Amino acid sequence: MAKIEFRSVSKAFPVKDRDGGAFTALDGIDLDIAAGEFLVVVGPSGCGKSTLLDLLAGLTRPTSGEILLDGAPVTRPGPDRGIVFQQYALLPWRTALGNVEFGLEATGVPRRERAGRAREFLDLVGLAGFEDRHPHELSGGMRQRVAIARSLAYDPDVLLMDEPFAALDAQTRESLQDELRRIWQRTGKTVVFITHGIEEAVYLGERVAVLTSRPGRVKEVVPVRLGPRESGAHGEDVRSSPEFARYRHDIWTLLHDEVARARRLEKEEAAA
Amino acid sequence: MTATGTARTHPAARPQTAPTPAGAADSAAPPAPAAPGQAAPPAPAAPSAAVPAAGSGSPPPVPSRTRARPASLTARPSSPAARAARRLRAAALRSAAVLALLALWEAAPRAGLADPTFLPPVSEVAAAWWELAADGELGEHAGASLLRSFGGFGIAVAVAVPLGLLIGWYRPVAALLGPLLEVFRNTAALALLPVFVLLLGIGETSKVSIVVYACLWPVLLNTISAVGSVDPTLVKLARSMDLSTPRLFRKVVLPASVPAVFTGIRLAGAVSILVLVAAEMIGAKAGLGYLVNASQYNFAIPQMYAGIVTISAIGVAFNQLLVTAERRLSLWRVPAA
Repeated sequence: MAKIEFRSVSKAFPVKDRDGGAFTALDGIDLDIAAGEFLVVVGPSGCGKSTLLDLLAGLTRPTSGEILLDGAPVTRPGPDRGIVFQQYALLPWRTALGNVEFGLEATGVPRRERAGRAREFLDLVGLAGFEDRHPHELSGGMRQRVAIARSLAYDPDVLLMDEPFAALDAQTRESLQDELRRIWQRTGKTVVFITHGIEEAVYLGERVAVLTSRPGRVKEVVPVRLGPRESGAHGEDVRSSPEFARYRHDIWTLLHDEVARARRLEKEEAAA
Repeated sequence: MTATGTARTHPAARPQTAPTPAGAADSAAPPAPAAPGQAAPPAPAAPSAAVPAAGSGSPPPVPSRTRARPASLTARPSSPAARAARRLRAAALRSAAVLALLALWEAAPRAGLADPTFLPPVSEVAAAWWELAADGELGEHAGASLLRSFGGFGIAVAVAVPLGLLIGWYRPVAALLGPLLEVFRNTAALALLPVFVLLLGIGETSKVSIVVYACLWPVLLNTISAVGSVDPTLVKLARSMDLSTPRLFRKVVLPASVPAVFTGIRLAGAVSILVLVAAEMIGAKAGLGYLVNASQYNFAIPQMYAGIVTISAIGVAFNQLLVTAERRLSLWRVPAA
């Protein structure tokens, strides 16, 4: 049985200015995600990627269809799913340690265990020694590490990541991508990762789901078979291998039409 | 206010934040991309160099005030004496304008630039102040005033903060009440003093009530807008962790609102003294406002100025107290560039 099942999930939002109209963000999404899988969702901007994640997180409900998590419908948020946001969402008045503890407090971990566990997970993301820093004393990459530690610390089965590395510079992003793969392999979490970066999708995902532009539908799910991605085993760079380029090109082709269509839609809307 | 500004940038930690974010972020990661070339560049790598050494289980050997240590190692060659001298200079700079004013106050009546009957030199005022203080009269008046203004201020804060949090949280309520609150805020409290006297008489109740009234609006309106401007991603985060609304309030909304709420509280602090003094001038048997007014009637001009000076001293002290409290509660805030 799949860990997560989307069964013809649609989500529409009422539109304010146009009378009675509704904006369909997602339309008939069918998608199965296996336990322990790393699934990446790519799509043009405004295709409902984030809506997909909100639905899975239980922050909103689908207009029709259902999402099953371990066979039970998702109706509300729960500690079995952890979210990592693009904007980090760290509490600025708490230290790195305090931010990781926040997740533990929220999920009812006894007080005595919190500090120890928070330290352990900060260590996992390479931030030992930075426990007492406030977010404004950390770089963007470090902040996102704290956010990842926070989501991992309360041990959710599923990690939902909403373009977590989009705001980072290229080098920081690559090192965090490596680290995320390492953490994923070590912890065996099911990861649903949203991005608009094709390279990121190919590098990270075991499968890449390509969404269409509005309304968002699953255009195709591409399995990526690249073997170990971590450079260093033989010193080679997976990103420059011919297989990587092929996957990149396949997904680029799938996305290309969608991006063009999304741009056209946007123009029409602006003109109206 | 300017004094606050300079004081806030003061903490020695600030320049320390610069070296860490840039390089340390990613050299802290095991596959350090920067490391292979040179062997640990000395200064900026100091914090990250400690990282790999730290064992996974045991707490790392970094003191709780991480920023204090590198600061004392690198920048800051200054000795305690040099630091004391610098502090002294800063204090001199800050009090220069006030001292100049006092000097002018002393000199102008003596030089015949102002009529000494109406503006006695500051030394005479100081003597009158000392006299009033010595015979206990000043203490009595100041005590009466402080009780009223702190009482009213305290009641207003105790009511306005929770109320503002509630109103701010329920957006439609905030939208509904917003215009009404603006009307109240912009109705000068002192214009309503006759109404208060009519309804509540001329005793303590009406005076404390007018202070409560005047202090209520700045705190209430600032609290409402503070709640409205809490980062929505933080709320989303808390929701995604299935935090109940009361806990969301306590752990996210309340701490995030502290700085803006405190701005309102500081405004209210200034208002509380302002309004009270005016109220005391109209109908009171004690209080600093009464002292100033009565001294003027009796032509005790130095005493009148002594009362005025006391009022401004209390105002400054109260504001300073609130600024200190504010800084304690919002140490985490990103220092204004």
